[in-house]
Amino acid sequence: MSTTTDETTVVKEIQPLEEATVRFCGDSGDGMQLAGTQFSNTSALAGNDIATFPDFPAEIRAPRGTLAGVSGFQIHFASHDIFTPGETVDALVAMNPAALKTNLGDLKKNGVLILNSNAFDKKALGQAGYESNPIEDDSLSGYQVFSVPMTSMTRGAVDGLDLSVKEADRCRNFFAMGLVFWLYGRSMEPTLRFIEAKFSKLPAIAEANRRALKAGYNFGETTDAFRSSYSVEKAKLPPGKYRNMTGNQALAWGLISAAQLSDKKLFLGSYPITPASDILHELSKYKNYNVLTFQAEDEIAAVCAAIGAAYGGEMALTTTSGPGMALKGEAMGLAMMLELPLVIVDVQRGGPSTGLPTKTEQADLLQAMFGRNGESPLPIIAARSPADCFDVAIEAWRIATRFMTPIVILTDGYIANGSEPWRIPNMADLPKIEVTHPGPRSEDDPPFLAYQRNEELARPWAIPGTPGLMHRVGGLEKQDGTGNVSYDPQNHHHMVLTRAKKVANIAEAVPPQEVMGAESGKVLVVSWGGTYGSCRTAVARLQAQGQSVSHAHLRYLNPFPRNLGQLLGSFDKVLVPELNLGQLRMLLRDKYLVDAVGLNKVQGKPFTTTEIAEKIESMLM
Amino acid sequence: MASAELPVLKPADYGTDQDVRWCPGCGDYSILAQMKKVMSNLNMSREDTVFVSGIGCSSRFPYYMNTYGMHSVHGRAPAFATGLKSSRQDLTVFVITGDGDALSIGGNHLMHVLRRNVNLNIILFNNRIYGLTKGQYSPTSEKGKITKSTPMGAIDNPIHPLSVAISCEATFVARSIDVYIKHLADTLERAVAHKGVSFVEVYQNCNVFNDGAYKWATDKDTKADTVLELEHGKPLIFGKDRDKGIRLNGMTPEVVELGKGISEDDLLFHDEKTNDPTLAYLLTRMSHPEFPEPIGVLRDVDAPCYDDAINYQVQQAKQSRGEASLDKLFNSGDTWVVE
Repeated sequence: MSTTTDETTVVKEIQPLEEATVRFCGDSGDGMQLAGTQFSNTSALAGNDIATFPDFPAEIRAPRGTLAGVSGFQIHFASHDIFTPGETVDALVAMNPAALKTNLGDLKKNGVLILNSNAFDKKALGQAGYESNPIEDDSLSGYQVFSVPMTSMTRGAVDGLDLSVKEADRCRNFFAMGLVFWLYGRSMEPTLRFIEAKFSKLPAIAEANRRALKAGYNFGETTDAFRSSYSVEKAKLPPGKYRNMTGNQALAWGLISAAQLSDKKLFLGSYPITPASDILHELSKYKNYNVLTFQAEDEIAAVCAAIGAAYGGEMALTTTSGPGMALKGEAMGLAMMLELPLVIVDVQRGGPSTGLPTKTEQADLLQAMFGRNGESPLPIIAARSPADCFDVAIEAWRIATRFMTPIVILTDGYIANGSEPWRIPNMADLPKIEVTHPGPRSEDDPPFLAYQRNEELARPWAIPGTPGLMHRVGGLEKQDGTGNVSYDPQNHHHMVLTRAKKVANIAEAVPPQEVMGAESGKVLVVSWGGTYGSCRTAVARLQAQGQSVSHAHLRYLNPFPRNLGQLLGSFDKVLVPELNLGQLRMLLRDKYLVDAVGLNKVQGKPFTTTEIAEKIESMLM
Repeated sequence: MASAELPVLKPADYGTDQDVRWCPGCGDYSILAQMKKVMSNLNMSREDTVFVSGIGCSSRFPYYMNTYGMHSVHGRAPAFATGLKSSRQDLTVFVITGDGDALSIGGNHLMHVLRRNVNLNIILFNNRIYGLTKGQYSPTSEKGKITKSTPMGAIDNPIHPLSVAISCEATFVARSIDVYIKHLADTLERAVAHKGVSFVEVYQNCNVFNDGAYKWATDKDTKADTVLELEHGKPLIFGKDRDKGIRLNGMTPEVVELGKGISEDDLLFHDEKTNDPTLAYLLTRMSHPEFPEPIGVLRDVDAPCYDDAINYQVQQAKQSRGEASLDKLFNSGDTWVVE
């Protein structure tokens, strides 16, 4: 099949590509997340723009070989700016029949399909519901199939290292990685460094993984099966130094930075919950940055402890996901009454209830808005991509301290676990967050008023330990100014309005809404959170075709930017794509009386660009 | 700063100008008065003290103390206090709670604050009834208790707060009674002096919804026979004529009369300092009317505090990893440059 006959001088063609999407999939114990992460990091280091989408089952280890246990990791990499992890896949690595069955539908026509042929035995085929072996029947004829006995080749590669069969087989993912590294002209160096660091205490395992990785790479290079490999050039990103970041990591680093920019200790009260736990794990590593992490007995204790720290004058944080925020609701209402700065991070997942813990959704917006008793307004901001989490964290703390209010940051599982290049800032270039605490008073001074507000209606953040400022806070209604308990009806009405006004004021302190494209026209796409990438890509695609469509992506969800109403009114139609049944749309319709149309999907998966583009096209007709 | 002598604050200086809104005759007044006295006796600084409470009659307490204070949400005061004390070790933090607040809705948090040994002073006002919600039975109400929500009698077994505290490894456990003014003040002083979590249960009368719940302990005719004041190193003796004591029969305590062949040496001696919680637990099981109920300090032992440990880890991390530099962190590991 190859035209090259001299086996020692195989010269293979290298096809240049602008972009490619690769997906690794296999059993949840097969190390697919590791393979995907290594491939992403390597691609990022090679200078590509990347976007990734890890997708894993809710069970830690579903029964081996079953459809429910398939774990996947998709990487989109390109020589230009990209905003999504791609929709259809150029190359699919399937480690077993179940992985093939659940993922084949996303592979492009004539796409590269790499299979571990050893895993296609009768039992595994049966578990996946195949009646005949797809490698042997002609059901895969529309793809470039490379059937590679990865298990036996890996065992061969590690032979002599005195490993058990199980240990040897666990190196298969490195074999698969090596093969894909060769296919896309990737350097093995970063992964070899990773192996060195990760398995430094297990030299035999380290050596086995090194050998498996190289075996996969060499197999690609030497076998006749692959006639060509691909290359994706560096992306023309803005100049600077970059690293690859997941959303959860970027958020954690942003929070540490915010603490440092405001000269505060960071106190995190948290309770483990998917997909937010990694923020707790990440922050726990950086205690030397004045980070205190408290793993509480439950979600309620987590937020309450954070409020205690806020009262003490430190930067207070609680991190959770939707069901956890539901439990925190009462304490969030208290923090709103106390008018203390507090950052509440909700990494949204599929709901309601326990829902789809490992899948993404953006259906907690209304919970963040209204999920408390009484009139309890809180500002809400949302991150749009993994790297954006860093900026959002700092922005949230800036708002919280300036206005003396708890604030909700919404991200989602897709942003949290996905990764993209992050341009490394200089700390010195980031603006300081000025926080002031009133100083001591003597007995002769007029009494301290804990609820005397400034022109933006923020109250002073007086902290325990300061002489003369002793005051009591609590959830009972406050008398204006003094903060004493008050049941006076007029005062209550006044305080409810004042707190609402204070949050509304934030609109004056945040930038006006930007729009990608013309500021008026036929269709405006309004999005928030993790749908940014697919909306932006879809709009850009249609704009390139000369269509009258623009895109406004909201970071500030409560309050909305001050020019949003005017912007919405400048378009014939407004489209709001959301991974829920229309939560932002409802808020926009309510506030601006605009006949916004929804594109709604609740499948635990992000939008594809095509889904959004098709909807826009139908509205342009 | 001038080295002027600090003014000595009188008990009244620790009070606020707020009207105290407990029912007339409520036992809470006594606890409030003793708390102010203790703070004055110990010359405690108002600005370095924080009272944190949950919800309930007792939890209005912070409003009446001229210190820093937080009236929080139901049952969660231990959690607020944990966050506050962990991040601000320089403060003295009290948790004021009631039997409903601490043992029903807050049972979970109470358990965890005790086992963590956060350096807090927890004062539990136990009136064996829900006062603020007007008279339902509480987790400490006796079985069979007739209330608005249990017209045929409560069918739950009551919880014993001190047993719970000992089981959760609380390092300081004590009990007092609202009208035992001096005893209460002494007990609070000892609680403040203890480093680590202090748990003080105060028997407190609700004269509106559960009047006389502790009459046996407060009535001058009966109290000598129904209450046993613990003293470290001393035998367990009680009775008007101090002629009765507690002896161990195997693992079981029994009431004995002194004389007739039984001397003080045969009695159980109180040791609040022993690390083994068995004896302290045994004391928590002595209930009226079968036994006189012990008051005073059941347990006072030293153990590492959570707030020390969480801050120590920060110091340790700083020492082992050197000066924290975010720029260094950001630029560590795999990075690349786009020209």
